[in-house]
Amino acid sequence: MNDRHTLSVLVENKPGVLTRIAGMFARRGYNIHSLAVGPTEDARVSRLTLVVGTEAVQLEQIIKQLNKLVNVLKIVELEQDQAIEREMQLVKVNADPVTRSQIIEIAEVFRAKIVDVDHDSITVEVAGNPSKLEAMQQLLAPYGIRELVRSGTIALSRGTRSISDGSKLRMRQVS
Amino acid sequence: MEITGAQAVMKSLEALGVDTVFGYPGGAILPAYDPMIEAGFEHVLVRHEQGAIHMAEGYAHATNRVGVCIVTSGPAATNLVTGLTDAMMDSVPVLAITGQVASTAIGSDAFQEADVTGITMPITKHNELVRAVERIPEAIKEAHHVARTGRPGPVLVDIPKDILNQTFEWSWSEDVDLPGYKPTVRGHGKMVREALELIATATQPVIYAGGGLVRARAGVELERFASRLGLPVVTTLMARGVLPDTHELAVGMPGMHGHYAAVRALQETDLLVTLGARFDDRVTGKLDAFAPNARVIHVDVDPAEIGKNREVDVPIVGDVKVVLQQLLQVLEDKEHKGQLEQLIPDAAAWRTHLKDLKADHPLLVEQPETGVLKPQTAIKAVYDTWGDDAVYVAGVGQHQMWVSQYIPWTRAGQWINSGGLGTMGFAVPAAIGAKAGVGRDTPVVAIDGDGCFQMTFQEIAAAVQHDIPVVFVVINNGYLGMVRQWQSLFYEDRLSQVALPQDLPDLLKLADAYGIPGFRVDRVEDLHTTLEKAHAITDQPVLVECRVHPDEMVFPMVPAGASNDELIETAEEWYARLADAQA
Repeated sequence: MNDRHTLSVLVENKPGVLTRIAGMFARRGYNIHSLAVGPTEDARVSRLTLVVGTEAVQLEQIIKQLNKLVNVLKIVELEQDQAIEREMQLVKVNADPVTRSQIIEIAEVFRAKIVDVDHDSITVEVAGNPSKLEAMQQLLAPYGIRELVRSGTIALSRGTRSISDGSKLRMRQVS
Repeated sequence: MEITGAQAVMKSLEALGVDTVFGYPGGAILPAYDPMIEAGFEHVLVRHEQGAIHMAEGYAHATNRVGVCIVTSGPAATNLVTGLTDAMMDSVPVLAITGQVASTAIGSDAFQEADVTGITMPITKHNELVRAVERIPEAIKEAHHVARTGRPGPVLVDIPKDILNQTFEWSWSEDVDLPGYKPTVRGHGKMVREALELIATATQPVIYAGGGLVRARAGVELERFASRLGLPVVTTLMARGVLPDTHELAVGMPGMHGHYAAVRALQETDLLVTLGARFDDRVTGKLDAFAPNARVIHVDVDPAEIGKNREVDVPIVGDVKVVLQQLLQVLEDKEHKGQLEQLIPDAAAWRTHLKDLKADHPLLVEQPETGVLKPQTAIKAVYDTWGDDAVYVAGVGQHQMWVSQYIPWTRAGQWINSGGLGTMGFAVPAAIGAKAGVGRDTPVVAIDGDGCFQMTFQEIAAAVQHDIPVVFVVINNGYLGMVRQWQSLFYEDRLSQVALPQDLPDLLKLADAYGIPGFRVDRVEDLHTTLEKAHAITDQPVLVECRVHPDEMVFPMVPAGASNDELIETAEEWYARLADAQA
């Protein structure tokens, strides 16, 4: 059975790190559902959020293989009930004077924003967990989706604790 | 003091205590070859960059120090790919330094440009493209550190030409600070105790000893541990010699061409004490039929090996030498308390059983007393001639398996071969590298096949030019023997592209062309006198061609993908089985 697992990975902000990770997944035949990467509060560190679909045994291998990469600093699996997960989606939907108000109504239900309107289309921005995004997509589909883009999931654990607590990186903090 | 990046490369290698580098100059690395004239280490000029990396590997295998090679950009760097992969598979500590086109030209498809860090990412433990001259000493020091610590492996440092030419203020510190790289050395105390408790309950335990023990040079600890608890030991292809084959607990080599008793030991055992081994498919055969009744203790410095192929009952992450010391410490403490007996498994019947299997299933060669020479006989005679003090290096194929099977190994580092990748052409350069490492007093004998030999024999020139007196023994059967064996056994003897005429090239003329003594023997009665002549020559490389009967096959054998329970001991047995299946 393939379960969805969210991994938060702190890496050194160095050239080629993303290639190392993507390459490792490709050559070992692991599957990435989504990947989001960006800077953190520390300029030397980037944070990746990886969503993988895999069984438990393989997840353990993935984490171990990631850990072997010299530029990888820390890996935490974020359990779904103990983490806040968010993803952003932009959807460009066909719209005419009749359907436009219906689409705006749907957007309101999902607390989505209308970010662009043209004669024949309307673009909706929505953020939330992946299932919310999928639900809205389903409701918009009958109008005709012209284009859709998703950012990939980002996630943080709930509560005060931080992934970089006790991080190996603290030791080399520049004074 | 302001120095150039190129000078910094030399000074860094000197500071790390490097005494020999193997390399080949060219455009992008040219700046490094100028200060090399004054550098405090030897440079061996190879004839192909693949030779440089295999020499670095051979050096590392033999000395347990990091092997270093230096080559230029583009085609030179891509010629390292096979050796880097080989070093990755067999956990060989190697540092490769490659020149790169000027940093301003990177990405422009410049002359001799290749994305070398990109190409070598999956086949190195780590690599780095140096982007600033100040980074050179750190990059080389870190690469050297990563190569030799934890699970050893190859590390590559790619340095653009303009950065080699820039100057900076030299400084050097011994410290290495890699926040994402902290290998675990000591095993978890609780797991160490659990392992001993599990061993105590076993009645058919066996130590599955792998190449990690050789890398850790943990032979002494292994012997003490096995003897203390009375645990029989199988040594994999990569671990041959880590426990002497003459030891009463030594069962032999497991795997596809393993000794009968060792293969059976793993199939029948109730507890695998796995030390620095990785459940490779050539050992396990069909994985779900491997050691079906065994619980598993797995000690490895690489956490990713634990649980990768086989579920584990007691995992221990740590340097296998240190973990063995921890295990021995617990045994000693128990002994002081008079409780050692509680930890010794009741395995006397099992040990007797394995001894009987060993005695009842010796390796079989039918060698007539005169005339045709069998390859196994030739290999045994090579060992009888050069003895226990020599280091033996093999290529890949039938000769490799026979060397591994027939030589009674006595120590770690005595046996060098390409196990994981199976790199044909490994022996000639690896033997030269090994000899450069071990020095004058230890003979190094490459035992190669005629197919392998022809892939890399050009490196004999490097051995001659740099006065590295290696003995090259070619077991010439006129075939790609192992491929032929598979075609004979599994493709109804339909031989396809496996003939290599024994006279092509004439190896005596080849030896002559390189200016080294050459000998040929094809009759068993001439074997010892010929080998003795070669043995008498110690001050220059020497070539011995053993022309052997082409029909010999390597047995025992587990057919690829079959369960280890289907071990075949002779060709007749296989053909009888085929006939049965057809009937």
